[in-house]
Amino acid sequence: MTRPPDGLFPLLLEMRDIQKRFAGIPALADASLSVRSGEVHALIGQNGAGKSTLIKVLTGYHRKDAGQVLFEGEPFEVHSPHQAQVNGISTIYQEINLVPLRSVTENICLGREQRRYGLLDWNAMHAEAERLLSRFAIGIDVRRPLGEFNTATQQMVAIARAIGFSARLVIMDEPTSSLDEREVGVLFSVIHQLKAEGVSVIFVSHKLDELYEVCDQVTIMRDGRTVRSAAMKEIGKLELVAAMLGRDVAAVEGHATAFGERDRSRIGDVMFSARGLGAGQAVRNVSFDLRRGEIAGFAGLLGAGRTETARLVFGADRPSAGQMTMEGAAYHPDRPADAIAAGMGFCTEDRKGEGIVPEMTVAENLTLALLPKISRNGVLDDSRQREIVERFIRELGIKCSGPNQKVRELSGGNQQKVLLARWLAMNPKLLILDEPTRGIDVGAKGEIQRLIRRLADQGLGVLMISSELEEVIEGADRIFVLRDGVSVTELEAEAANEEKVLTAMAHGTSASSEVTT
Amino acid sequence: MNRARLVRIIGTYGVLIALAALILFGFLRYDRFLSFYNVMTLLRYNSMFALVALGMCFVIMTGGIDLSVGSVAALGSVASALASPYGIVPGLAAGIGAGLAAGLINATLVTRANLMPFIATLATMQAASGSALLLAGNQTVSVSYESGFTAIGQGNFWTFPIPAAIAVVAYLIGSLVLNYTGTGRAVLAIGGGEDASRLMGLRTDRVKFLVYVASGGLAGLAGVILASQFGAGQPIEGVGWELFAIAAVVVGGTLLTGGSGSVVTTLAGVLLLGILFNVLNFENGMGWISLSAYWQSVIRGLFLLVVVLLQARLTRRRLNAL
Repeated sequence: MTRPPDGLFPLLLEMRDIQKRFAGIPALADASLSVRSGEVHALIGQNGAGKSTLIKVLTGYHRKDAGQVLFEGEPFEVHSPHQAQVNGISTIYQEINLVPLRSVTENICLGREQRRYGLLDWNAMHAEAERLLSRFAIGIDVRRPLGEFNTATQQMVAIARAIGFSARLVIMDEPTSSLDEREVGVLFSVIHQLKAEGVSVIFVSHKLDELYEVCDQVTIMRDGRTVRSAAMKEIGKLELVAAMLGRDVAAVEGHATAFGERDRSRIGDVMFSARGLGAGQAVRNVSFDLRRGEIAGFAGLLGAGRTETARLVFGADRPSAGQMTMEGAAYHPDRPADAIAAGMGFCTEDRKGEGIVPEMTVAENLTLALLPKISRNGVLDDSRQREIVERFIRELGIKCSGPNQKVRELSGGNQQKVLLARWLAMNPKLLILDEPTRGIDVGAKGEIQRLIRRLADQGLGVLMISSELEEVIEGADRIFVLRDGVSVTELEAEAANEEKVLTAMAHGTSASSEVTT
Repeated sequence: MNRARLVRIIGTYGVLIALAALILFGFLRYDRFLSFYNVMTLLRYNSMFALVALGMCFVIMTGGIDLSVGSVAALGSVASALASPYGIVPGLAAGIGAGLAAGLINATLVTRANLMPFIATLATMQAASGSALLLAGNQTVSVSYESGFTAIGQGNFWTFPIPAAIAVVAYLIGSLVLNYTGTGRAVLAIGGGEDASRLMGLRTDRVKFLVYVASGGLAGLAGVILASQFGAGQPIEGVGWELFAIAAVVVGGTLLTGGSGSVVTTLAGVLLLGILFNVLNFENGMGWISLSAYWQSVIRGLFLLVVVLLQARLTRRRLNAL
């Protein structure tokens, strides 16, 4: 695609040194973003890098603590999404934020209704909705409730709505995550149309190929800061990924984790294997083996399908393709209970939401999944519970005042240990750990990592998902790199290094040839 | 898709079918059921509930609830009775004004203090009931018969009861607002997804504010009709009106969780409940059964329960069928 040299198009949006804290914790430390008219601008970064916060500051959802925003050269301060919309900034959020019970027309036209004699002109609004959707080659009955249509159509309706506001700037937060290839193509052609009309687009996505296909400029964020801003064609994929993760491609440090030395002799035969797993757009073709006593690491960018694959293994979602075997037998779990019965455990990424119950005590949290086993005729066996709880507090080194302390009073690391203990108490053969050390301080992180290694050495198969490269490279015995829902590379730990993993994440193969698109 | 449509049709028009069936039943069974006198009395009496249910309908469509309508109506009846010696307009203004004030308090509590509608309006319910008793000096307040105030509740417009005419006009306006104004569509959008609506740029708090104020005002108006129709401000009336209104709204196919609903079918819901109690009265009169007012309360409660349960099932099937 051709682009006039910088400076030809005027700056449309300039955000400088934006700061934002939530409850004292900085979400944006020093974020900047400049977008020119008629430019498609990629905004990328890992989870928690601050992309969403930056967008929400721009659209008036959050109020910034410091910094400056200029829109069309004028200081720009809005206090609600409504004001942002009125001023020409439309947003398509990642989760489809529409009202499924209401008709397609209402979802498109709400907030800018067409009137006749002061009353709503339904005919004109239906026609307007149909006209906007026709740009996407979608012809549906706009009078029907939105909820009757599939996710992709709903996504298109959300985009049609945003465009309908005759916006100067359209923000798309992962708009393609629920679209298939054809629909992505349609979306891109609409983006090109918008560009031609002088509308700017901020495009948030984790799919690198898409960025190179449709974006002119890229801003990379990490830890609430803007770390790099460049023309898309001037930055290679590897460089892009390295900047996102904060890795210097050249320099690989020594041991950054506490996993310790691995002992290959303890690894047994294959316990679990998956072949060609697929489910929707998130997981398209994932195959891997897990051996007894082995830590298998899943590396990949956000949205590569790691957690989604883990959910399939654990029976939380159902695969639409592929086979799994557990201990030599075919394995198709219908629900997590089946996975647990087969000897699996799953420590989720979302510790607060899906894991611990903060108001309950350490003992209660620890034995939550175990209750049927330590009850007699429905009555809890107190001494047995106490015995188990005390054993795990000792073995895992959970720092608490005692079994009856409330879990919310514990540190993140100790909460994670309680979660781990909950599954270990079930005596599992395979444990899935999704981001086991996220949000945990450095000391506790080391303890958890040592613990994971010790458990594997005792024969447990561990499937570890981590966004921290060194955790995967130093912790795992075998690394699987996932990219856009496909397991693209398998690396033995001894042969793995950061560059290979990064390259696989960026290009899909571990061959370290730099290809720029 | 066809099944989905069928389920939707039943959900929306079921109340009309039930209404027709009940009227047919009454017509066949009782001689005077469709007599001019019975019909007009029925309309005159139920107009109060119709007004309260209209306000409730809008509140429920936003996903909220207004439990205070009964005692606000009682407060309105006392206020209007006290003002009735000064004429129709002061009487009306006092009753509606008292209702609007209560609605304003609800609206503020829900949108500014972010209280759950259930708690906020429960508090207002108590406060309004207490205010009504204080204002009335713990007794009924006779209205003035000289000022013409009683015409609002007892008069006729040609031969049509004035309170019923007021209700019809209110429903026409309500239907117009819901279907042909941005605010009306925002009401449904908020009930269908408040966060989504806010992100779409709708001013959700403003719309919710309006809805609670309107509900209060309509309850106040119902109070005026109460005082005018029965010749006295009645501080202890209005108990259970909120349940009647909720039942009528839900019977009319409006989702209790908000997001989908209709004004016209709410009116049908009011008529259905009104006629149901009318039929029970006829049964009493025929001597077959003997139902006290207490039994009517029990039936009302059970009826609401059954309808809500049915609606929950229908909705689930409807969503599954999508």
